[in-house]
Amino acid sequence: MKAFAILLRRDLAILLPGGARGSAFLPLIFFLLVAVLFPFAVGPEPGLLGRTGGGLLWVAALLASILPLDRLVAADVEAGVFDQLALRGISEEVAMTARLLAHWLSFAPLMLIATLPAAALLTLTGSTFWRLFVSLLAGTPGLAAIGVMTAALLASLRGGTALAGLLLAPLAAPLVIFGAGHLVRDDISGALFAAAFSLVLCAIAPFAAAAAIRAARD
Amino acid sequence: MQARLSATDLACRKGERLLFAKLGLDLGPGDMLQLRGPNGVGKTSLLRILAGLARPFTGAVERAGEVGLIDGRHALDTDRTLEDALGFWARLDGNADLDGPLETMGIAALADIPTGYLSTGQRQRAVIARLLLRPRPIWLLDEAFAGLDTASQAQLAGLVRKHCDDGGICVFVSHQDVSLPAPILDLAEYAA
Repeated sequence: MKAFAILLRRDLAILLPGGARGSAFLPLIFFLLVAVLFPFAVGPEPGLLGRTGGGLLWVAALLASILPLDRLVAADVEAGVFDQLALRGISEEVAMTARLLAHWLSFAPLMLIATLPAAALLTLTGSTFWRLFVSLLAGTPGLAAIGVMTAALLASLRGGTALAGLLLAPLAAPLVIFGAGHLVRDDISGALFAAAFSLVLCAIAPFAAAAAIRAARD
Repeated sequence: MQARLSATDLACRKGERLLFAKLGLDLGPGDMLQLRGPNGVGKTSLLRILAGLARPFTGAVERAGEVGLIDGRHALDTDRTLEDALGFWARLDGNADLDGPLETMGIAALADIPTGYLSTGQRQRAVIARLLLRPRPIWLLDEAFAGLDTASQAQLAGLVRKHCDDGGICVFVSHQDVSLPAPILDLAEYAA
């Protein structure tokens, strides 16, 4: 437990905004850029924007979550961090759990806050905004989990980042379907399904990512 | 606990190629061993097998005591300061004292410089400082002398000698002449 706290502290120092690797604002900026550009592309018709904006922001969130994957795990594999951890009896599973939590914290809270200006830009109604907020809250942990798995899987591959998007998108499709589905339904079932899917992914991710790192070891 | 590192009938396969076979060794407290052999003969692979990071193709390794490994990779966050990057490992090693090893390796003055800005030799000294954070009975050093200036090489040799005098084990790979009274194991003799 103590090792987990130390690992999490390092991961946060690296990944959080203002952190050492300094790419934490990229997803946020991408997310807002989409919200700014979309009205220009389809014209200012409020009905159309309001109807499609929520789903659009869900797709933007998914694509934005791909951006930090580049160095999320690869840098540590190259530097031999996981080998040194293993010699100290710290498993890749523990390291990847900390990484998953830090990764979610690095992009999701900022993005959730940014849904407010984004919703305003796309003239979403108040209730649509809240539905979007809740469904993103339920879905982003799943996006983070898929991201960590993808990053670990591609860590030892040269130019793997380009593949990250291709690998992540199909896995994230159920999250988008349920998450964005929550926007148009009156009950909460969509968000609950997205949350359940996120939970399953978060439970699998540390083990899958750890297995990927170990498999790449030799 | 007495340090011990023994291996019997080791063979290592990389892809389709058998690198070495029928390799055995038995090291106890105070023993050092220098690995020799041409490039690609499997020195690094052997060290990784001895460390438990790679599985041998055949044979088994027995270890008593924690392993400290220096390989070609620094495992330091290049975008954080030396103090923060090493501080992470010091905390993992049970809040170990960081200032002592930094002083020993003569890099205390570099503490607030990002490790990415350090020279190869300075970073190598930081890696050695990490090895010193906590007593580890078994040292496996892969080209740890490379990149160091003459004074630092002599210092590392002194550290290795002291480590073995204190009952530790050290297996190292070096192409330099390091003036250590270590028996030599030539991997070329075990090449398959």
